[in-house]
Amino acid sequence: MPQMNMIQALNSAMDIMLARDPNVVMLGEDIGYFGGVFRVTDGLQRKYGEHRVLDTPIAEGAIVGAAIGMGVNGLRPVAEVQFADYIYPACDQIFSELARLRYRSAGDFWAPVTIRTPCGGGIRGGQTHSQSPEGIFTHVCGIKVVMPSTPYDAKGLLIASIEDDDPVVFFEPKRLYNGPFDGDANKPAVPWSTHPKGEVPEGYYTVPIGKAEIVRKGSAVTMVAYGTMIYVCEAAAKALGIDAEIIDVRSMVPLDTDTICTSVRKTGRCLIAHEATRFSGFGAELSATIQEECFWDLEAPIGRVAGWDTPYPHAFEWEYFPGPLRVAAALKAVMEAA
Amino acid sequence: MPRRSRLHIPQHHSRPGEEPDFSYLETSPAGAVARPDVNARVRDIGNLSVDLVRVLDDNHVAVGQWNPHLEVQDLQIGLRHMLLTRIFDERMQRAQRQGKTSFYMRCLGEEAVSVAQGMALRPKDMLFPAYRNQGLYVVRGRPLVDLMCQLLSNTRDMCKGRQLPVMYHWAEGRIFSISGNLTTQFPQAVGWAMAAAIKGEDDIAVSWIGEGSSAEADFHHAMLFASVYMAPVILNIVNNQWAISTFQGFAGGEQRSFAARGPGYGMAGIRVDGNDFLAVHAVTQWAAERARTGAGPTLIEHVTYRGAAHSTSDDPARYRPKDDYEKWPLGDPVSRLKNHLIALGEWSEVRHQALARELEVHVTESWKEAVQYGTLTDGPRLNRDLMFQDVFKEMPEQLRKQREQLRTEQGV
Repeated sequence: MPQMNMIQALNSAMDIMLARDPNVVMLGEDIGYFGGVFRVTDGLQRKYGEHRVLDTPIAEGAIVGAAIGMGVNGLRPVAEVQFADYIYPACDQIFSELARLRYRSAGDFWAPVTIRTPCGGGIRGGQTHSQSPEGIFTHVCGIKVVMPSTPYDAKGLLIASIEDDDPVVFFEPKRLYNGPFDGDANKPAVPWSTHPKGEVPEGYYTVPIGKAEIVRKGSAVTMVAYGTMIYVCEAAAKALGIDAEIIDVRSMVPLDTDTICTSVRKTGRCLIAHEATRFSGFGAELSATIQEECFWDLEAPIGRVAGWDTPYPHAFEWEYFPGPLRVAAALKAVMEAA
Repeated sequence: MPRRSRLHIPQHHSRPGEEPDFSYLETSPAGAVARPDVNARVRDIGNLSVDLVRVLDDNHVAVGQWNPHLEVQDLQIGLRHMLLTRIFDERMQRAQRQGKTSFYMRCLGEEAVSVAQGMALRPKDMLFPAYRNQGLYVVRGRPLVDLMCQLLSNTRDMCKGRQLPVMYHWAEGRIFSISGNLTTQFPQAVGWAMAAAIKGEDDIAVSWIGEGSSAEADFHHAMLFASVYMAPVILNIVNNQWAISTFQGFAGGEQRSFAARGPGYGMAGIRVDGNDFLAVHAVTQWAAERARTGAGPTLIEHVTYRGAAHSTSDDPARYRPKDDYEKWPLGDPVSRLKNHLIALGEWSEVRHQALARELEVHVTESWKEAVQYGTLTDGPRLNRDLMFQDVFKEMPEQLRKQREQLRTEQGV
């Protein structure tokens, strides 16, 4: 099977969908001739033309607004917002329009828009190129929210997102574009070719939206995470020698409560990890749901580890990022609690 | 054949490997555009937004009504500021390549915009820059060491390590904090100017964006508020032709000038040769006086060229010809002012070389000092506790706890 990094896997997903469905179009800043600042759309405009892969003005609100209009008119747009940090000007179009169009028109109008956007830290991007705003989007009813952590899932989930008739905000953890990353910046970079999930089928396949994945079976504790934090969790559990069951949420909306809660009922302990700030983060929703579903099986309070409740500071990247040390300390606390 | 609707895609004029083609650029001869009264009605000066105000002609002589008749000493100071900005940029680019800092953005080819405008304004005028206006700091006299410390995120970083390099600020020097998000400063500048008018002060606000950023909704919001309230503000679009990989056609520059959006909103619009120090100075003086005398805002489009990459993360060889900057029809702002001074008999190649050497020494000495306070990779480092300050005026309990947690995590 071919080896792909996450950039190539995403590119392959879009290539396949542009070929399969003449209604699929892409739009975004620098995505056409240049192929995107992270090269994710490289070559697609050359292959499918300027009417299928459109460079746009720098106007995120207009990119999403236009995508909605295209979607209403029968196309299946994939919009790129160059960094998740730049998605806020589009939020009125996403929150008030895209998310609610089907509801307010009683199902008569809808727009199958996918919004791709790179998120997360670890690339020295400072406060405007490092944010993880996924939690904000999960709080809006009517949009699906996904984040892959491997090239295999990235491709399958993106195809599923494009085919989905509901809008999807598709977060790409950019620190994982070129390889898995366990939060230790001093280690040499690891390419995807060394990882089993770097093997990606050439052709069409989907990874269903709404299904979490158990990435490591274990019995002592359930670690619930997504994106880059999957690898940090693996490293922390390994460092402590704890037999953790690690679950990749993959899809925040809809949430696979079954997979998560089945695991927590089995292990009796749970640690939730995300890069985003802690307060009102998606971890709070996970924690509340798990507590409601699994209270009588819990042997310890559910732990949460996250980014600090500050903007993402440029000079303190690794003090800010919830790396293996912080996750290990939180894991230890969950294991040692009564 | 019946006519059909169609989707137009703006086409680049030249791509890598091709001959640079600037035939799309419409210019006016130096001195050709008349300078109207600063209180002229918008409807009477529409031509300013379409023509190109130029002062320096091909023989390096200042001509026409827009000649600001600056003192020779001011011209020499302007040249010095522009050259210092350029040498500083080159050195900081190298520092990024050496891993001393994470990121840098040069303003090669655009030096006249910040320097001439900075010099044409008053020290108390409030500036809301974009990320390519480092010349403003040079004009207002912020020591280079301070800028370098920000670039290094070191112990003397004015941003306390919180911002990406080049996102400076200077409250005392009246230069607003750079966001990193595009065009957000434009409506803010308008609001600052409205406040000045409310308070009855005659300081004005000035802001800058690139032509690419004029696509953001905040541009249109700013234009509307500025025009509705006749705010004492100068709004600048630095049309350097490129928004990372997309040329100005994708920002709406194909059908009409950016300056023409001024009259579209009911305010003065001026299109100026952004590489002509004298022309930029002159139109800024005009717009500042207009604002200060209650005649309202001005939108200035500076026609210039982004001579360098968008940033150190960008590779323009992928999307434009390599020698395009050398072929830019409006030339280089430093060379043009230098040649003008030489034509006046007030400068020479020898003096220019000596100045360049002097400024290089100044930049090197500043750098030597700045790195003593730490670099991205070498200590001393900022205190990590600073991460938790200034989220709020008073640190809430939750952040105190997180600060303690980090101390424990780091074993301190």
